[in-house]
Amino acid sequence: MKSHRIVALFTRHMYLYKRSLPRFMEIFYWPLLDLLVWGFVTVYLVQFRQNLPGFVTFFIGALILWDILFRSQQGISVSFLEDLWARNLLNLFASPLSPTEYILSLMSVGVVKLVTTATTMTLLAWVFYSFNIFLIGISLIPFVLNLMIMGWAIGIITTALILRFGQEAEVLAWALGFLFMPVSAVFYPVSVLPPFLQTVAQFIPAAYVFEGMRGVINTGAFPLKELLWAAGLNGIYIIIAFLFFFWNFRIIKRKGLLVRIGE
Amino acid sequence: MFEPVVEIDGLTKVFKSLKAVDNVSFNLYPGEILGLLGPNGAGKTTIIHMLLGLTTPTSGKIRIFGLDLKKQREKIVQDVNFSSSYVSMPNSLTVKECLRVFSRLYRVKDKERRISEVLRIFEIEDIQDKLIRHISSGQQTRLNLAKSIINSPKILFLDEPTTSLDPDIADKTRRLLKSIKQERNISILYTSHNMKEMEEMSDRIIFLHRGRIIAKGRPDEVIQGFNRKSLEEVFLKVAREDN
Repeated sequence: MKSHRIVALFTRHMYLYKRSLPRFMEIFYWPLLDLLVWGFVTVYLVQFRQNLPGFVTFFIGALILWDILFRSQQGISVSFLEDLWARNLLNLFASPLSPTEYILSLMSVGVVKLVTTATTMTLLAWVFYSFNIFLIGISLIPFVLNLMIMGWAIGIITTALILRFGQEAEVLAWALGFLFMPVSAVFYPVSVLPPFLQTVAQFIPAAYVFEGMRGVINTGAFPLKELLWAAGLNGIYIIIAFLFFFWNFRIIKRKGLLVRIGE
Repeated sequence: MFEPVVEIDGLTKVFKSLKAVDNVSFNLYPGEILGLLGPNGAGKTTIIHMLLGLTTPTSGKIRIFGLDLKKQREKIVQDVNFSSSYVSMPNSLTVKECLRVFSRLYRVKDKERRISEVLRIFEIEDIQDKLIRHISSGQQTRLNLAKSIINSPKILFLDEPTTSLDPDIADKTRRLLKSIKQERNISILYTSHNMKEMEEMSDRIIFLHRGRIIAKGRPDEVIQGFNRKSLEEVFLKVAREDN
């Protein structure tokens, strides 16, 4: 593995954002709309739920954290689509670039997108709702890391599926992340889910993060147990995601699909 | 005799029930231009993709620079490059940005100097700051070729490199490729549907039909072997016998 190849691909994606307003909108526009719409809904609802402590923190905090997961996933899958749409994949994979280096470069693009989006949302939440996400405290760091890794895992699996099944699977780049939203218990506790979905939620790292976040807001205690579960599951899922990608990469080379998708 | 830079032995590729490449063996020697020709579906592009490690062969062996491609691809492709008129460049980048990305991928030393050099060689200096989407298809082809020599490769795989060029630029490009080959002793594997171009460019040719080699040798030898006057006539004979 060579860092200069990861940097090369990272630079290629940064060039895109340098001059493209629509691409910048992808980073700022949707998070801003989310924050405005759901933020004001929260402000409205809080008038009727005075006795629910930290309602704004629950909701807006969850919104910002969910976007971290979503942007992390998009950082990989949408950046991959950029290469696909540019019909440039063959040129890339004809070079010494390895699949691992390719994925690592997309992950680094994801980090930049995520940091940009999260910073913007944090500032806007503070301006519009006087909400300070750092009130969550030191737990915020492991929360963000766990959501970022889960986003990467979903992004890598999405990329593998698009490589394998072609452009008709492109919709997964936007849809697959949302599939996990109901069972991640972003805006409500896991306990409100029906029993079988509660079982599913036990295998979703994000569910532990959001449960942990609510725990911190309610009690102020560091959610060690939740974070350990989330980290353990994420460790397994990111390995599975990489293996799934390599397995698919071998198949597409055997079936000659890289050539078809890359031209 | 020089050692071959590419050795292909019994190369076969089967896609489901289609045998795209059937037990093909040949060598490419240093400083040689070897033309792969044949009708559509003959297996030319599949061979190039297998040589780049983009498609896995069903069976057979590929050795490049004496190394097994399957085991040492990363090392091999550092000194190899390719250009295809069917593969695009990222069109939201400028010409120069694009070449910067590829020079980093291949870890080119003194990148800016090399980029200026390849821009000059292919006469596209004046468009270096233009977005790729705003340049003509002929300029894109020349950019593709510029990218293909950015790492000063020892072997070039060119898949129909002059398809979208007008006759003047195509002629210039052929001369350029010949002079690059002459100066740097590059080995070139070349495919084209332009038979005159193949005759003019190739030191040797391999004629493929339905994935199999049906003739090989110097262009004049192949023409004589089919008792025809030109490669074009040979091509038409093979293609029409098929119908």
